[in-house]
Amino acid sequence: MSTARAASIVLAKELRLELRTRQLLTATLVFALIVIVMFSYAFDPTPAESRHYGPGLLWIAFLFAGSLMLHPSFAREQAGETMDALRLSPISSFAILLGKMAANFIFLAAAEVILVPIFFVLYDVPLAGIVGRLILVLGLGTLGLVIAGTVFAAISTHARMRELMLPLLLLPVLAPLLVAAVQATSALLANPPSLDIAWVAFLAAFDVIFMTASWLVADFLLEE
Amino acid sequence: MTTPSVPAALALPSLAVSFDRIEKRFGTLFALRGISLDVQPGEFVALLGPNGAGKTTLLRIAALLSTPTRGRVRFTLGSRSASAQESGDGIPAESAKKLIGMVGHNPLLYEDLTAAENLKLFAQLYGLDEPAACVTRALDSCGLADRANGIVRTFSRGMRQRLALARALLHGPSLLLLDEPGTGLDRQATAWLSETLARLRREGRTMIMSTHARSESLELATRAVRLSGGRIAEDTRGSDPASLLARLRSDLPAGSRGVE
Repeated sequence: MSTARAASIVLAKELRLELRTRQLLTATLVFALIVIVMFSYAFDPTPAESRHYGPGLLWIAFLFAGSLMLHPSFAREQAGETMDALRLSPISSFAILLGKMAANFIFLAAAEVILVPIFFVLYDVPLAGIVGRLILVLGLGTLGLVIAGTVFAAISTHARMRELMLPLLLLPVLAPLLVAAVQATSALLANPPSLDIAWVAFLAAFDVIFMTASWLVADFLLEE
Repeated sequence: MTTPSVPAALALPSLAVSFDRIEKRFGTLFALRGISLDVQPGEFVALLGPNGAGKTTLLRIAALLSTPTRGRVRFTLGSRSASAQESGDGIPAESAKKLIGMVGHNPLLYEDLTAAENLKLFAQLYGLDEPAACVTRALDSCGLADRANGIVRTFSRGMRQRLALARALLHGPSLLLLDEPGTGLDRQATAWLSETLARLRREGRTMIMSTHARSESLELATRAVRLSGGRIAEDTRGSDPASLLARLRSDLPAGSRGVE
């Protein structure tokens, strides 16, 4: 069976489980929404300040929400030792990781679809004319977040104090991604808006490097 | 209730497994210390020993869930009369996964999915033709057809173990690994398990089961291997396992469902 086919089966399983339990999406959405609203009330930014600080606040909200969401995606496999059942199947470890990455991307992207319009309204920043470019930046940034996040969620599953370990391991690794995503988003919110190709290329490179690394170490990551 | 069986189209030749000087270390702790064991095609090996003897670790290595620190596992396709070495048809470990089924102490099922959804997922992962038909057949064979749409979380321990065995047999494995499958089962479920294992043995499957000396399923074993401290302490190969079992049982306190 091809890796893509096996990953799609794992993805379908993840979506079915999430639709039934609604554990990840609800917690992620509520948490990120609280962060965005609280920042809005705490700073009460002017439109100029929103352009300056808004991208950082937005990505920190995504980062915290992502780290909250990623841990359970492996933790719930532990409850019934179902990761063993997946690993018993004649599919590659990378296919399991890829399926989980795809699911986490869909969950976080779904949360962003709701959060981003709320952010633009609360922070009084015009969204018109940048939607396509914003989707590109958000897509690349979110992809990097879930690729690295899924890898580190797999690592931290075997650790003691695993809930604490994930953000401790993940956040420093995501620092370059955060900088690039914030810079690329800032360029889009500037007047006039522009797509900063250098930062977008950095985001794409981050995604490719971490995806390649996860392919190389997938067997090691999923073994006990 | 009938016992799970494999469709003729999926019937596979028996698989031998050979452990060659297996060592497994977790940090400084040795779980296995140089285990060498040849399991013949069609054999039913009972692994006995106290907690921490290395039974589960050995089964996980056989299932390719764990990599030995030293040594290797070799899988061989062959007839029931051929030894692992003689048949000489060694197969790569990854290909062997299609020929291995495992029932753990834990049922390895998604509790928030239904019985049918669980089986369909694994039918797809094993690349079986017509997954829906395979699921229907498997549910029929384990007596859970009427609970196909029941969420596994709501199932009793006995029902989960029946579903776990149906999952493990879905792809028609030649080698079945069982890690204390009878733990926590009531009398009726235990009788069902023994009946099922007897049928699987008649079908010529190779089976390795870790269990305790009081288990009723032990009567079916063609060979008993006792582990102690990560080493093989006794192996009844070539002799009747009954004497070892009788001795182990006589050492247990009366009425115990002990770990030995």
